Amino acid sequence: MSTHEPTPAHHHEHDHDHSHLGEMDVRVRALQTLLVQKGYIDPAALDRIIELYEKEVGPHNGAQVVARAWDDPAYREWLLRDGTGAIADMGYSGRQGEHMVVVPNTPDEHNLVVCTLCSCYPWPVLGLPPVWYKSAPYRSKAVIDPRGVLADFGVSLPAHQRIRVWDSTAEVRYLVLPERPAGTDGWSREQLAELVTRDSMIGTGVALTPQQVSAASPTRNIGPAVSTSQPGGV
Amino acid sequence: MNGVHDMGGAQGFGSVLMEPNEPVFHADWERQAMGLTVLMGACGQWNIDQARSTRESLPPALYLTSSYYQIWIEALERLMLARGLVQPEELRAGEMLTPAVSVRQLAADQVDAAMARGTSAERPVLGPARFEVGQRVRARQMHPPGHTRLPRYVRGHVGIIQAVRGVHVVPDRHTTYPPSPESDQGEWLYTVVFQAHDLWGPQADPTVSVSVDAWESYLEPEVSA
Repeated sequence: MSTHEPTPAHHHEHDHDHSHLGEMDVRVRALQTLLVQKGYIDPAALDRIIELYEKEVGPHNGAQVVARAWDDPAYREWLLRDGTGAIADMGYSGRQGEHMVVVPNTPDEHNLVVCTLCSCYPWPVLGLPPVWYKSAPYRSKAVIDPRGVLADFGVSLPAHQRIRVWDSTAEVRYLVLPERPAGTDGWSREQLAELVTRDSMIGTGVALTPQQVSAASPTRNIGPAVSTSQPGGV
Repeated sequence: MNGVHDMGGAQGFGSVLMEPNEPVFHADWERQAMGLTVLMGACGQWNIDQARSTRESLPPALYLTSSYYQIWIEALERLMLARGLVQPEELRAGEMLTPAVSVRQLAADQVDAAMARGTSAERPVLGPARFEVGQRVRARQMHPPGHTRLPRYVRGHVGIIQAVRGVHVVPDRHTTYPPSPESDQGEWLYTVVFQAHDLWGPQADPTVSVSVDAWESYLEPEVSA
């Protein structure tokens, strides 16, 4: 059994399952050898796919989109009206982001995105999904107890704030536009992007405050801050 | 199919556990599993709905005890066997023992463009949309044995059309193999929003609503107000 998912009790027990990881290592390596011999797979293409989704495409892309929307009301309006087009204008498009819809958080309504049936996730703007997003606890609980999910992330919203859950059951992919934190007037897009966490664009978090960014390490449970210095685009 | 993959509303799985500073991959084989799955998908031997259908058709106990990349590998092997791309003895041996089938191979210098292009689910419009924004609809009470993307937790419940998303290929038919003339046709796709108390009962959080994206044939008009 995997150390990573979906059985939550074993989530962090990485040391207990080396034999099984070894088994998967052998199995997948054999599969790769076979598919290369068959001429189905170009090994250089395999390297490029992995490099693309491990090093290049990631939540720093989405952070650039959010920062621009916070900074430019006309872009925000475009993004909410035509997510796919406005995101492509930033250079992010394609696989698992062919039909993008951006949903804005407001003081009255908080958005949360899930895929209860599998693991649908907007790759061009967020990269590959984290393990928890694909796990049974998240997929089962998000639609019946979203405040409980948020509590698991250490997030508590005002009781009056409505929660809108988007179950990604088709090829439409959703990106949450988090609320712009207070105290950021006059900030550059680069500064603003540093406030945008992956989780704030899924809805399991909110954007960082200026105080959290100026602290040496991000507060636990709000999701990793995403670097803006990596190359973007797919 | 009423499979274990259809998890919305299931209870007892415990808390969501996130991993601080989680890496994109946790082992080398996960890198290969992702890459092989994406590249074999590009061979054109199956579509995304056939891949999903294969994953959710794994034995329930295997599905629930496998990591997501393990599920991908299990399904990839089954898809390749089903299409005759590999033979069982080749999977056991880890080497080629029978001639290859001629397939499209994605070259390294085509990867970036192929990923940036993606695969659109949109299809030509065949007729007017049956429903409009604001209309009350009921998700059909249906339990097809094959692939579907209407989760069980909304079936039989009344919601409101919030958006019309265009005409998209229908997963229930897109899984047909070999393909038929109808299997690639689209239907109008809608975002339908349900109040939590309609889905989960009067004790549900009154501030919560949940939407799914549903094809026209998943829905029927709801007349009573």
